[in-house]
Amino acid sequence: MEYKDYYSILGLAKDATQDEIKRAYRKLARKYHPDVNKDAEAEVKFKEIGEAYEVLKDKEKRSAYDQFGSNWKEGQDFKPPPGWDFRDFTGERRYSGPSSSGFSDFFETLFGGSGRGSHHSARGFSSFSSNLAERGQDVRAKLSITLEESYSGSRKSISLNRGDVHGYGGETTSLQVTIPKGILEGQQIRLEGQGDALVENGRKGDLFLEVVFEPHPFFTVVQRDVSLVLPVTPWEAALGATIKVPTLGGPVDLKLPPGSQTGRKMRLKGKGLSSLKQSGDQYVILAVHIPKAETEKERSVYAEMARLMPFNPRSKFGV
Amino acid sequence: MTAKQTCTVLDDTITFNLNELCKVCQVKDEIVHDMINEGILSPVGNTPQNWTFSAVSIKKIQVTIRLQEDLGVNLPGAALALELLEEIDGLRSRVGER
Repeated sequence: MEYKDYYSILGLAKDATQDEIKRAYRKLARKYHPDVNKDAEAEVKFKEIGEAYEVLKDKEKRSAYDQFGSNWKEGQDFKPPPGWDFRDFTGERRYSGPSSSGFSDFFETLFGGSGRGSHHSARGFSSFSSNLAERGQDVRAKLSITLEESYSGSRKSISLNRGDVHGYGGETTSLQVTIPKGILEGQQIRLEGQGDALVENGRKGDLFLEVVFEPHPFFTVVQRDVSLVLPVTPWEAALGATIKVPTLGGPVDLKLPPGSQTGRKMRLKGKGLSSLKQSGDQYVILAVHIPKAETEKERSVYAEMARLMPFNPRSKFGV
Repeated sequence: MTAKQTCTVLDDTITFNLNELCKVCQVKDEIVHDMINEGILSPVGNTPQNWTFSAVSIKKIQVTIRLQEDLGVNLPGAALALELLEEIDGLRSRVGER
């Protein structure tokens, strides 16, 4: 297994005080919290920080960890010293780290599974739901889909790797998920009973899949509306034209009126991310692209235009 | 193991009453009340018995709780973070950055 340098993960020196450790953790936790930081790496980083803090905030764990010495480097192959036996003398299961657990092999081997919390499910219920307190922890994961998959709806097969929870073996489950037409980024799909269990064969929590759109090479999305910047030639813009335009449902013909300018916004109704209840549109934003004048003849065409069509696009500046 | 799975999409086609919301989110009803008072959740209906919550309430509750537990912020702090995060998301999608 790989050695984890908990001090360098928190950006600390080995002689950091408990206050410095707490400050560093708080600061990094805010920065990398997966609800705050949308970067794909943030979740991994957040777990690492939580794991480092779990060890360094605890005096017993920290001093046990410090026994390994200071020559170890992050990622180096590591075996626990012979006879290693760490016990948490309080006997209680302590957990205060990040909500998404799953600590490294390094942590699990050295300090046992105290990082796998079930605090979420222990949030308690009042009157109507006392039995539900035994439900396991909800699990969340990101489900990355293309805009096309949202536009038409689709089915996706996902593979979920459950960790070794509370001592019974990890397993990989394959699930079929239906993506409805018009699903939006940030929306969740709930799969009941596909979360973790508190005890073996116990009642499982739910799995929440949060939709994330894969970046598209030319479409951008705001809610249900899709936008596309459409490059056009000066003569298409000036004279009007019928242009083939990509949409998420395949190409359509767009009628460009004569005298169109860069920035003109045209709407293709219903070509956005429409659901059963709500409709989305595609906006096409024109961008006139000017061909380069490289030969003498090409330059003379521009000169001729200047002569025939005197035009000052900056007249409103009055300069 | 392959399982055929029926799933619920938490979109604008479904709503939840207070009991259902508490069950899905595994929270006490008083937590929901607190979040309503903080302006995080806005149910439709006059009394708790006939409140209906949009599906987005589930995510708001989950994020609020995670922010509170993971970052140690209080409820007004989490509410502010939630609003700012929504604003950032809106601005990001407007500039085409994901």
